[in-house]
Amino acid sequence: MKAPRTTIQRKLITAMMLTSTAVLLLVGAVFVSHDFNSFRRFLVQTLVTRAHILAANSTAALAFQNPEDASQVLNALKTDPSVVAGALFDQRGRLFATYPMRAASEEVPDEPGPTGHRFEGSHLIVSEPVVEEGRPLGTLYLKSSLEELDNRLRVDAIVMLLAVGGSVIVAFVLSTWLQRRIAHPILALAEVARSVSERKDYSVRSQEASDDEVGILSEAFDGMLTEIQRRESEIRLLNADLERRVAVRTVELEESNKELEAFSYSVSHDLRAPLRHIDGFAELLMRHAAPMLDEKGRGHLGKISAAAKRMGTLIDDLLVFSRMGRTEMRKTSVNLAALTNDVIEELKGDAKDRNVEWKLGTIPTVQGDPNMLRLVMTNLLSNALKYSSPTKEARIEVDARSNNGELVVAVRDNGVGFDPTYTHKLFGVFQRLHGSNEFEGTGIGLANVRRIVSRHGGRTWAEGAINEGATFYFSLPK
Amino acid sequence: MSALKRILLAEDNDNDLDLTLTALGENNLANEVVVVRDGAEAWDFLRHEGQFAGRNGGNPAVVLLDLKMPKVDGLELLRRMREDARFKTVPVVVLTSSREESDIVQSYKLGVNAFVVKPVAFDQFIGAVKNLGLFWAVLNEPPPDRHQTPSHA
Repeated sequence: MKAPRTTIQRKLITAMMLTSTAVLLLVGAVFVSHDFNSFRRFLVQTLVTRAHILAANSTAALAFQNPEDASQVLNALKTDPSVVAGALFDQRGRLFATYPMRAASEEVPDEPGPTGHRFEGSHLIVSEPVVEEGRPLGTLYLKSSLEELDNRLRVDAIVMLLAVGGSVIVAFVLSTWLQRRIAHPILALAEVARSVSERKDYSVRSQEASDDEVGILSEAFDGMLTEIQRRESEIRLLNADLERRVAVRTVELEESNKELEAFSYSVSHDLRAPLRHIDGFAELLMRHAAPMLDEKGRGHLGKISAAAKRMGTLIDDLLVFSRMGRTEMRKTSVNLAALTNDVIEELKGDAKDRNVEWKLGTIPTVQGDPNMLRLVMTNLLSNALKYSSPTKEARIEVDARSNNGELVVAVRDNGVGFDPTYTHKLFGVFQRLHGSNEFEGTGIGLANVRRIVSRHGGRTWAEGAINEGATFYFSLPK
Repeated sequence: MSALKRILLAEDNDNDLDLTLTALGENNLANEVVVVRDGAEAWDFLRHEGQFAGRNGGNPAVVLLDLKMPKVDGLELLRRMREDARFKTVPVVVLTSSREESDIVQSYKLGVNAFVVKPVAFDQFIGAVKNLGLFWAVLNEPPPDRHQTPSHA
């Protein structure tokens, strides 16, 4: 298992911190903006109220055109340091009195401006009409600095930032503690999974008693591990049993193989000896008693010899057949074309007096036991040669083609062929479709061919008709 | 050479013995053929012991050995001969009915000089034995007999 790029702990802390910080900032911003607005409203209210009072107090001074009284009234503004300037204009809009007394011209405008309050730059300005019993006497102008509002805003921001900072620290501590509670069971589970996948140790358990989904996951995981462990031990038991049974069978098989070997040894040694004696003594009798015997008697002796020899051949062939089934195959690359050519050259020696046309197609290299495959080709080709002997212009062809992932080799002759009704008997042991007086043979050749080919994982079959030649096929898997 | 060396024929089967001796006889060999009926007798003959105690003559020119014999079989006799310095170099030809590969391999491993399967057909059998006798008793020069018996010396 590869190491994770990030940890679930980090993810949990990040999520909690992001959430709490965002919430705090939002709440702080709402709070600050609300405080800012209400304080501004309060400032406006205060200045407007002050303007009302001053306007009411200024009526006499304006009515009696007494600037000194007006200045005195305005001087009351001293109590509020935030008011930076004030002015009284008479009915015709001329400057009547100012605060401070000698205020700079940029602090006090030439005209009072529109009635009401307004913000100009960093100042709040209020213009209040001075009215006595419905009769306008002039206008009061007040200019207050908004420095206090700025200060308030600054203090708010600092307080808020401090609060957010403190809260973030608290949130971090809390989330670290909380994530430990959430992440610990998950981490334990991950550790168990890691040890299972790395050490294939199915005996570990997470043993996490968490009351949430992770707990369910842990339980399910533990259950799964128990099941795997149970099945694994079951498989191990089955395997051990299977191995034991295979060992027993192998011993049995070896024993029966040994018996078979002993049997075949005995056949090879003990059955051949009496045959040799029969033939030997028949021959000796012939030598000693030939002059005393008539033609018939000599014929009988000849038949005794021939029968003994034939049985010798049968035993030899049968032994070869039995050996083909038992001997170990030595699979290598076999140049089947060269091998076939060798066999043909050998057979040509036996057919010197015959007119045989041999044709060898393209045959690829195959995988197999060279000795066994040589026996296959020898059997098939000598059969072809034998059964085409009555044909004047015999033609024997060998070719190969690929078919469905296997190589199919065909040996074709234009000889006497066979009755297709008995095709199934062709490859049986000691099965012959022709009388031995017609063609010599023990009937074991094709059985050998079938046994060898099937040991190579291939099939054997034949096509033919009486007097129309025969084609013998065998396939080899690629 | 003071005397022709003998041929030791180890064969338990009467019929085979009869046929083999007939075949050897057709060669008109001058060599004496000593017949033993099992490996133990052959072993006694080689060592001048038992019924052969006090026999004269040294090692045979060749031992024609059947494999299947009672008491001590052919392979066992061959093993004993090859382990004994006195008979290590005496030519041994296995003459048997068996064509079993294991017998052939085992015989050559033990140091046999030739392995001949007796043909079923008598004319071939005669031919084979005639050739064997001619080759081993006449043409082949046997190893010098370094372990002469006292009577021969």
